[in-house]
Amino acid sequence: MKRIILFSFVAVLSVVLSGCGYNSLQVQEESVFKAWADVESTLQRRADLIPNLVETVKGYAKHEQETLQAVVDARAKAGSVQVSANDLTNPAAMQQFQAAQGGLSSALSKLMVVVERYPDLKANQNFLDLQNQLEGTENRINVARQRYNAAVSSFNGAIRQFPASLTNKFLLHLERKEYFKAEEGAKVAPKVTF
Amino acid sequence: MIKSALKSLKGLFLTVPLSLAIVLFLALPLAALEIPPLDGRVNDSAQMLSAETKAGLETLLANFESTDSTQIVVLTVPSLDGEVLEEYSLRVAETWGIGQKGSDNGALLLVARDERKLRIEVGYGLEGSLTDLIAGRIIGGVIVPRFKEGNFDRGISDGVRAMVNAVRGEFVASAANAKASGDNDPAGLIFILIFAFSFIGRALHKKTKTAAVVGGIASPVLGLMFFPQLGFWLLALLPIGALGGVFVSSLSASGGSGGFYTGGGSSSGGFGGGFSGGGGGFGGGGASGGW
Repeated sequence: MKRIILFSFVAVLSVVLSGCGYNSLQVQEESVFKAWADVESTLQRRADLIPNLVETVKGYAKHEQETLQAVVDARAKAGSVQVSANDLTNPAAMQQFQAAQGGLSSALSKLMVVVERYPDLKANQNFLDLQNQLEGTENRINVARQRYNAAVSSFNGAIRQFPASLTNKFLLHLERKEYFKAEEGAKVAPKVTF
Repeated sequence: MIKSALKSLKGLFLTVPLSLAIVLFLALPLAALEIPPLDGRVNDSAQMLSAETKAGLETLLANFESTDSTQIVVLTVPSLDGEVLEEYSLRVAETWGIGQKGSDNGALLLVARDERKLRIEVGYGLEGSLTDLIAGRIIGGVIVPRFKEGNFDRGISDGVRAMVNAVRGEFVASAANAKASGDNDPAGLIFILIFAFSFIGRALHKKTKTAAVVGGIASPVLGLMFFPQLGFWLLALLPIGALGGVFVSSLSASGGSGGFYTGGGSSSGGFGGGFSGGGGGFGGGGASGGW
């Protein structure tokens, strides 16, 4: 009989704990981390494309040193600002990260506008390939960012909902995560002046 | 007492469908362009293809899936209704679940007629061979020149052939399909449950109290294993399980010989003829273009 009581106690405890979100909160936090890793890897993918792109454009558009240099600098800056999984709760770190990546996005879109002036470059197969890859990567970044934000929204909601909020307050102490917002610059198409 | 119980039961019958309807209504996505039903491998909603081209592509893609398990689907839509091409394309690909689950070997060729835009959406598993670069070259070098001539039949069928050639040999049908079908087989689980029930029933023969305790404990634990998302509601299974335990013990007590007869064998088997997506995943890979 004692054994049955002990067994039922353990069983009830495990049910109560999981009912309070002890397990599901951690699963959800892990999915936020995974989504963030995807964001980082797509951003890295973009950064990897840039040296090749700059080299190709340089050969055709010698007068665009300034624009090219801006891209190189923005890439270096974006590379220097990293956000680890623990920093996802830190608004300032995320703000900095978003600003750096946003700077790279706007430098890149300026470059892509400038190259419109060089028909030879636009006919170059190497450039077309790079353009395809860059566009594809930007789209992946978008998808990864949206999925990350969805994971964050469901996690942030979960730690505030009763009864999981109590479990979190007394046992887990997980903190809400910051969203990765679309850059302000990326939404506004750059102006072209001839 | 009984009357009021009946009344509340009646109320329940009324409110349940009503609230269900409300929930379903709320679950509908706001606005957004509708995703057409998956009719086959070639879904020509915009009427851009001739019957021969369509039939030829269907056969080609069906054969390709039977050898490689890779699913390639074509969709033409008359208009995007203001939606972003890339977002719509990803939504279609994920809703249809193109590609096999686990292998994620699906690709979608989407053509928006009025916007004169098109996109190749590539599943995770094909990103290594049908890269953004290759997809972009297929769009820019194979499809768009034909589209500019107004030859949509040639453009789409050459484009699809180029996609097939790019990913041929990447996956093999048998291995991927075996993995997909072995994933979850409800028939086996039901058999195990029935055996377990008849065994428990015999063991608890006429021991009503023990049966109630065991049932009360076992049901939330089992519930936790299979439906962890129920959370607190699992506690509701305590009394239900206890009652079930009593029921099982009394059942086999009266049954004597015990055990349940299970009629019929497994109900598994493929769907004849129809085409459906295997549940592949997408991450925004691919390329877009216009003509």
